[in-house]
Amino acid sequence: MDTKQALMHLADARGVTGYESPAWDGVNSLFADLVDEIRRDPLGSAIMWKKGAAKEPPARIMFAAHLDEIGMIVSKIEDEGFLRIWMMGGVDRRILPSMEVTVHGRRDLHGVIGAIPPHLQDSSKKDKSWKWDELTVDCGMPADRLRELVRVGDVISFDRRAIGLANDRIAGKSMDDRAGIAVMYEAARELQKLSHDCDVFFVATVQEEVGYGGGITSTFGVMPDIGIAIDVGHGNMPGVPEHEALKLGGGPAISFGPHVHPHIFSKLKETAEDRGIPYQVEPGTSPRGTDAYAMQMTRSGVATGLLSVPLRYMHTSVETLSLGDVKKSGQLLAYFASAVDSRFREGLTCF
Amino acid sequence: MLLAKLSEAGGISGQEAEVRQLIRSEITPYVDEIKIDPIGNLIALKRGRKGAEGKRVMLAAHMDEVGLMVVGINSDGLLHLAASGGVDPRVLVSKLVYVGADHRPGVIGSKPIHLLKAADMDRSTDMDSLYVDIGAKNKEDAEKLVKLGDQIIFATKCEPLGEGFLKGKAMDDRVGCYAIIEALRKQHDFDLYGAFTVQEEVGLRGAGVAAYQVKPDLALVLEGTTAHDVTETPEHGRSTVPGQGPAIVYRDSSWVGDPRIVDRLIETAETAGVPYQIKRTVTGGTDAGRIGPTESGVPVAVVSMPCRYIHSPVSVICADDLNNYVKLAGLFLDSLDERGLPV
Amino acid sequence: MKDLVKKLSESFGPSGSEDQIRQIIRSEVEQYADEVRVDSMGSLICRVAPKAAAPGAAAKRIMVDAHMDEIGIVVSYIDDKGFLRFSPVGGLNPHVLLGQRVVFGNGVVGVFGTEKLDDIKDLKFDKMFIDIGARDRAEAQAKVRVGDAAVMLASFADMGCRVSGKAMDDRIACAVVIEAMRRSRPKLHEVYYVFAVQEELGLRGARTAAYGINPDVGIAVDVTLWGDTPEHAPFNVSLGGGAAIKAKDSSLIAHPAVKNLMIDTAEKNGIPYQLEVLERGGTDAGAIALTREGVPSGTISIPCRYVHTPAEMVDMGDVDACVRLLAAMVEELASPAGGGIL
Repeated sequence: MDTKQALMHLADARGVTGYESPAWDGVNSLFADLVDEIRRDPLGSAIMWKKGAAKEPPARIMFAAHLDEIGMIVSKIEDEGFLRIWMMGGVDRRILPSMEVTVHGRRDLHGVIGAIPPHLQDSSKKDKSWKWDELTVDCGMPADRLRELVRVGDVISFDRRAIGLANDRIAGKSMDDRAGIAVMYEAARELQKLSHDCDVFFVATVQEEVGYGGGITSTFGVMPDIGIAIDVGHGNMPGVPEHEALKLGGGPAISFGPHVHPHIFSKLKETAEDRGIPYQVEPGTSPRGTDAYAMQMTRSGVATGLLSVPLRYMHTSVETLSLGDVKKSGQLLAYFASAVDSRFREGLTCF
Repeated sequence: MLLAKLSEAGGISGQEAEVRQLIRSEITPYVDEIKIDPIGNLIALKRGRKGAEGKRVMLAAHMDEVGLMVVGINSDGLLHLAASGGVDPRVLVSKLVYVGADHRPGVIGSKPIHLLKAADMDRSTDMDSLYVDIGAKNKEDAEKLVKLGDQIIFATKCEPLGEGFLKGKAMDDRVGCYAIIEALRKQHDFDLYGAFTVQEEVGLRGAGVAAYQVKPDLALVLEGTTAHDVTETPEHGRSTVPGQGPAIVYRDSSWVGDPRIVDRLIETAETAGVPYQIKRTVTGGTDAGRIGPTESGVPVAVVSMPCRYIHSPVSVICADDLNNYVKLAGLFLDSLDERGLPV
Repeated sequence: MKDLVKKLSESFGPSGSEDQIRQIIRSEVEQYADEVRVDSMGSLICRVAPKAAAPGAAAKRIMVDAHMDEIGIVVSYIDDKGFLRFSPVGGLNPHVLLGQRVVFGNGVVGVFGTEKLDDIKDLKFDKMFIDIGARDRAEAQAKVRVGDAAVMLASFADMGCRVSGKAMDDRIACAVVIEAMRRSRPKLHEVYYVFAVQEELGLRGARTAAYGINPDVGIAVDVTLWGDTPEHAPFNVSLGGGAAIKAKDSSLIAHPAVKNLMIDTAEKNGIPYQLEVLERGGTDAGAIALTREGVPSGTISIPCRYVHTPAEMVDMGDVDACVRLLAAMVEELASPAGGGIL
């Protein structure tokens, strides 16, 4: 399957944070022929191991992209047949009115988050976005029928099929972080053509959106020497200062900051320059926000890096990116992995 | 003077190299082992007389300071900045800074008062409207001199102030680093680890990793804390007071000090007649919050130096407090030889 | 059971100073455990060895947890007139303290007072103090020290099918766990019953206890909020609705397999239950889940009204349902089928 198809299938899959298994099947079939071993750890992160050519691999490299997407959960079933909802991960409630969703009950049910028409609204409230306890999901069923099919605690995902826009741009839900999984897919395919001494672990982590639980626990198990997270970064758009945003089509963003080991930053940059891959630099003072945060402080410490795919409208269901950025990110990671040797690994503790 | 060198060295979270190198060169002559881990913690070992049967004691202080980072360069060659750690933007206006590993000088200016509207005077400046001017002509020129991600530190000289006081930047936590450098000179029965940690200011990030490696039986965090004895603050709000000695901490927002260690610290101070105070507010987080929960738990407590105006370009400490802070740490370690570990 | 609840509710054990409550719980549980120890943070860990070795495979570890600590205050300063200044221990709302009293570990009683306020909305902890009836600093220092903690002074009330008192969070869960220890008969594997410290300060005791135990599955027992009093915000849990099975809170997304096993076990045994999605609030399961390589975990909640006040109220029918569900869960997990999880 080519990267564009893979990306769109991955984006469409339903894997709400904490309930990632339905999205896992697609990932499994993509990677099965590209790696040597696949296992899922106790919380559900998938660790896909591609063995290095060397008898004693100079380093263990872990790439991490999160499998989970933001969504919602049924918090109560009202007698009028409406479902009350709460967020799973940082859902911006402003996107919810008029959203179409799927409720994953005993079977999947289609639902609508209705918006109260302007005619019926209190004009003083028109400027305020609706709060969580004012939004409900309508499945078009009476309560008794609903209660046979849905329980409190069932999860809800956004309905959206990814679409191609002009140029090589694609919009869909969950590009955060299925784009990262697609990057790993591209890297795994590229690595088939390159030789690499290092052991490479492609890890699809769970629960990143609610506190990086999968990043923390999967790293404990893999305990790599080098850990690179692949996530998304804010793409340029009006209202965001230019220096705080990444250019769509400008190539992968290589992060710099306390969450990134300076040698990993340099090596990614050098690799991109040597291979003619366009890239951007993303400086930041906070280590938070991605699996790199989780990996870095595990056990006796991991030298980490972060690649961000430029993405507009993050945490909406119309997240937009450039396919070229995804492909180039994957290539960069593959070249990086094939270039790591024992000298580089040893140098990680000289700084 | 060592504290001055430490204070003036530059190291924001994640870029502690200069501080690390300075500490390393100071302690190399008299410690047995020095290790740097994958995130930059410097862990030094002074082996104990009792070798394998002895215990492991770890002192911890963080090398990083709050500061700023270059996150963009505008067309005029001015540098956009972001706070690294808890920096109040109001303290930044009209200050001198150093950018990058070369300590290139720059200034954080502001719109002249003549051009301000009356309402602007009261409004505090936020980070987005502050820039560092390094004298570059334009963006291209600036890019030859600095890079995205370069650290920006305050250009404060560390020197005596008034009578018995010292001023300088980064007293939080170069005073702790200083105390550990001194403590490592002396051999004890137990293995003494000095953990100079990274990234405390952006979430207590390095200390847990250090503790995981050292696996100490007991740990003591040497920190710098707020001293807020300015006139309008009520007595109970003055978390510590300069001149009353190092502060022993029962609890802070990140950890409850192990009562056995806290009691031993107080006993040690009383017996030796070292002035000390008890921190009056349960505020601020320290590396203890990460050392404590390591693996199945590490008994840990905190001793703090009173510092006025922490997290700003100029902090002020009392020289006697510093001496007593170092002295208390040393006497505590001696008590572990004399009376064993309290845990 | 009510006597046990009363004893635990009225005991002293603010987060970070749990010695007294630990002693009391220890004397209750020693008879049901093969081994009892206290870890370096002060959590009480009771181990029940398997009755018969598992056929072939290694014994797995089941961890059950409730926290012994309660919210309270800690003295931060004693002024020259003998008034105490304090900081909260755990999640306390200053308004809840008005007109209340506290008691220290040594029995000293204090009353909350406030500085002059222009508007009651301005009430903050640093505008309050505790009056222990001392006339000056020296007299106060003879009774309490800076660093001493205190808890709310409130007596237990038996209201029939419901009871009310302080620290139902989480002493009611301690009672549930003790009773489940008494009743359950795990066939295989090892079961650890942990009475953790410092949950109210950030799940601290459970984190280190779980690391030491390294369990294969974790079940926390804690209180949850309520939705069934006048004009309450919508919430699916009511007093009398049975054991609450947690789907999500701010610390944890219950592992689907653990949650489903709880639901199936409740239905199989005719135990009344309700499902819970809590917007804000966390439990020890959140810490257990992220131990080492990860632990599938969930929480059984006791519905509780007026949480984090001195008058927390629970329904004894719900309490009984929680005991039954917990005991049944332990037995399912400790059976040859392992509940489908072990």
